[in-house]
Amino acid sequence: MPAAAECEVLVIGGGTTGVGVARDAAMRGFSTILVERGDLATGTTGRFHGLLHSGGRYAVKDPQAARECIGENKILRRIAADCIEDTGGLFVTTPIDDPAYADRFITACQDTGIPAEEIGVAEALRREPRVNPRITRALVVPDATIDAWKTVWTCARSATEYGAKILPYHEVTAVTRDGDRVTGIVARGRGGEQVQIRAQVTVNAAGAWGGRIAAMAGCQVKISPGKGIMVAANHRLVQTVVNRCDMPADGDILVPIRTVSVIGTTDITVSDPDHWEITRAEIDQMLQSGENLVPGFAASRMLRVWGGVRPLFQDDAPAETRDVTRAHAVLDHRKRDGVAGFLTITGGKLCTFRLMAQDVVDAVCTVLGTTRASRTADEPLPDSQDQRFYQLGSRLAEREQTLLDEQLICECELVRRGRLEDEMARRPAPSLDDLRRALRLGMGPCQGGFCMYRAAGILHQLKHLSAAEADQALMAFLEERWKGVYPLLHGDQLRQAWLDDWIFQGVLDVEHLPPTAPAPPQEAAPQEAGPQEAGPQEAAPQEAGPRETATGRAT
Amino acid sequence: MSEQLHTSPVDVIVLGAGMAGLVAAVRLAEAGLRVTTVAKGYGSLRLSPATIDILGYRPDPVDSPARALPGFAAAHPEHPYAQISPALLAEAVQWLKEHVETYAYVGDPDANMLLSTAIGVPRPSAVVPETMAAGDLRSAGPLLIAGIGVLKDFHPSLVAENLEAATAARGRAVRARPVLLNPPTDGDADVGALALARRFEDAAFRAAVVAELRAAVTGEEAIGLPAVLGLDQARSVWAELQQATGRPVFEIPTPVPPSVPGLRLARALQDRLRRVGGRFVLGAEAAGPELRNSELVGVRIRAAARVTPRTCRWVVLATGGLSAGGIGVDATGALSEPALGLPVHGPSPGETGFLPGYLGDHPMETAGLRVDSSLRPVGPDGEPVYPNVYAAGAVIGGARPWREKSGDGISLSTGYLAAEAILKEAG
Repeated sequence: MPAAAECEVLVIGGGTTGVGVARDAAMRGFSTILVERGDLATGTTGRFHGLLHSGGRYAVKDPQAARECIGENKILRRIAADCIEDTGGLFVTTPIDDPAYADRFITACQDTGIPAEEIGVAEALRREPRVNPRITRALVVPDATIDAWKTVWTCARSATEYGAKILPYHEVTAVTRDGDRVTGIVARGRGGEQVQIRAQVTVNAAGAWGGRIAAMAGCQVKISPGKGIMVAANHRLVQTVVNRCDMPADGDILVPIRTVSVIGTTDITVSDPDHWEITRAEIDQMLQSGENLVPGFAASRMLRVWGGVRPLFQDDAPAETRDVTRAHAVLDHRKRDGVAGFLTITGGKLCTFRLMAQDVVDAVCTVLGTTRASRTADEPLPDSQDQRFYQLGSRLAEREQTLLDEQLICECELVRRGRLEDEMARRPAPSLDDLRRALRLGMGPCQGGFCMYRAAGILHQLKHLSAAEADQALMAFLEERWKGVYPLLHGDQLRQAWLDDWIFQGVLDVEHLPPTAPAPPQEAAPQEAGPQEAGPQEAAPQEAGPRETATGRAT
Repeated sequence: MSEQLHTSPVDVIVLGAGMAGLVAAVRLAEAGLRVTTVAKGYGSLRLSPATIDILGYRPDPVDSPARALPGFAAAHPEHPYAQISPALLAEAVQWLKEHVETYAYVGDPDANMLLSTAIGVPRPSAVVPETMAAGDLRSAGPLLIAGIGVLKDFHPSLVAENLEAATAARGRAVRARPVLLNPPTDGDADVGALALARRFEDAAFRAAVVAELRAAVTGEEAIGLPAVLGLDQARSVWAELQQATGRPVFEIPTPVPPSVPGLRLARALQDRLRRVGGRFVLGAEAAGPELRNSELVGVRIRAAARVTPRTCRWVVLATGGLSAGGIGVDATGALSEPALGLPVHGPSPGETGFLPGYLGDHPMETAGLRVDSSLRPVGPDGEPVYPNVYAAGAVIGGARPWREKSGDGISLSTGYLAAEAILKEAG
């Protein structure tokens, strides 16, 4: 087996936490490698609603998590401004909420350092005219929205600039040990090749999949995957994050992110982070919850439903996962399990990814017997140096000047051809779904109906793919998109889906694309299920190569 | 283009201006009936590749729609084709050929041609614009597939490579070679199909294209171009390109709306309708039946935020299927036919409408009206809901038009038959 690389710090997992760890470690001068089984941000990070918490949501119930949130909220506004839209947040007491909660909320916000200001109902409705007019209290907090993909890409870019090596499509198949010491991993690359990486310290940042990685190292970590579903409506129904002012519950947040509004979420413990389903009842629950926050919500055009699994760390299994702390934990397995050179970072939330990374890299320093301070709280991410927040409409502003100079490939999300080609050139893997996440290509109302044929054609030419590879990329995209839209199809979005079918099935006849050569034999992939078993959030098993990560992401 | 709703009595109100509605309206107006076509918008014909696909797959490839139809109809008693005889279909096709003056339609229901799509799949179509026929892969020699750099909706290298693989897999390999043309567009880098079609009506632009084609084409190649070769002057543009290059030229429909061939066909039928005295009201929609003693005596028309009853003797309901809004599905999954409130056949709320696989046989796809042998929508008892309402086109359920490649064939033949049924009653 080829021993591809050696490093000081090996990070397993390419979500926000993993790339945050890789960046922090690389900035502290450690030679660093990150492996991720799919593309970056395809696990829980890419299935997120987009809310950058002020901490208000946790103020009453989980003060420690609330303090971390507000602290990181302030830091991220400074270092990741380009990923953040400063929408502000409202906590509103709707008719189904406990009217007494608002007073507890104000006290708890004071105790945890979250600026919260009560405004009159009339003022709240002036700011957000579509919010339920029957609200009785309204409080303003510094919630915002954050683009998880952009955060991950820019963190990864920065990590690379500091010398880290980021390896997407590398699935860990074994954690190697020398006696009671972890020495690295074996991973399977996209082409099925085995890659061995030796490391002085291995950091398990695999989130909801972290229990599995720990088990490969012979350690037991109980991480219960907590499923949450989200539904995206095709409009900015509100311009501010709107939360119900009550104890955290299902469907109590409406998040305006980019061009859509996302209602979320649920919290159900599942046994396997790869295999679970979204039920019609859960979707109906989201629509009704949206209706409570914004009357008429359920009649809006719904784009897509998706779900993600939170990594909830626990020592004893509680019945309801929402009772588990959202604060994070760094586990040194030498102390815990007698296995040296292996750390797990778990729990936490997207908003606290930077702090999580800092804490675990501090622990790495301890293991390596060195003291090096983290600089991630001060050094901005690439594109965020000028500390200007993202604004809705910035893409349009950028495009307007050069409208006829370049082709517009995705009309919904204003993706121009040059940007698409740059992104294609940077990526080894010909996945249209990866490009969707990177550029928002095909995330608008037509869900790729107009742009994906174009993208497949450009991909074919630019990457010198065979037509069969381009066809497969297109079909994989269509299958993946369908999984996120079919549970919701009705009304105008159904008409849109039918128009898309007309384009792909009727006019292009993709069903009868030429047969492709038989796929090379696939190595053991124990987590894969047949397509019928997979829920709407699941990627269908690929014809060839290693498993693609599930991508039922909407916005 | 729109005219005021006139208050004088009409014989027939046709709801919808797609293929089915326009065919029925032209035929009825030609026969001397007073016809008003009421359309919410221009019909989805303008999105169609405008090939008359009768039956392409069942799901195996169909060589002869005429021969396959009786068996197909018998196996699918709820399919609209169950009401269409091969003789009527042939008559309808002949009628269409005589009524489109933009250019000739060639082919007939006896045999499917195989025409390349914009991704290089050989797609079965029975009756096609003459500008597409030279691309018939059953007999084609080597092909030069020519894209145009400023058009993002046609990728010649993907077409050519898929086409070679697909034709080889079907047993008759056709060689295909891509070329990308870059005629001058005054610096405009993003020119859509319709804008490009207008440029093709300019002689200087054509000359630039011809010069590039002549330099690229070799030997016995026929030249495939995206279907943007002119709008109203398509025939002469196409003929000139053939003459100037000395090679057969054929169009390949582009996938993203609007479709230039669809626009040509829609405009041809609409012009025809106007010339035979039919009225065309755009931007209005049906808001329910106008009833007298539970008999339908007209249609309530919503236009300019006002609902006005309009009387008529017959109604042709050609409002389209799920894509056009002729059939609706609400958030609970309940199906409706919004124009006249007719009963819709399809999955009930709570029943499975869609399957997890993209190319599954989704039960919702076949949702629509059920009709009797003269295309009158029937209720659960199998009896016509109204004796004087006829359905045509995609509002009739039971078909999977995009996967069967049957959409325009269904719309043409049912539009034709609905008119025939009314003419019979009118005497």
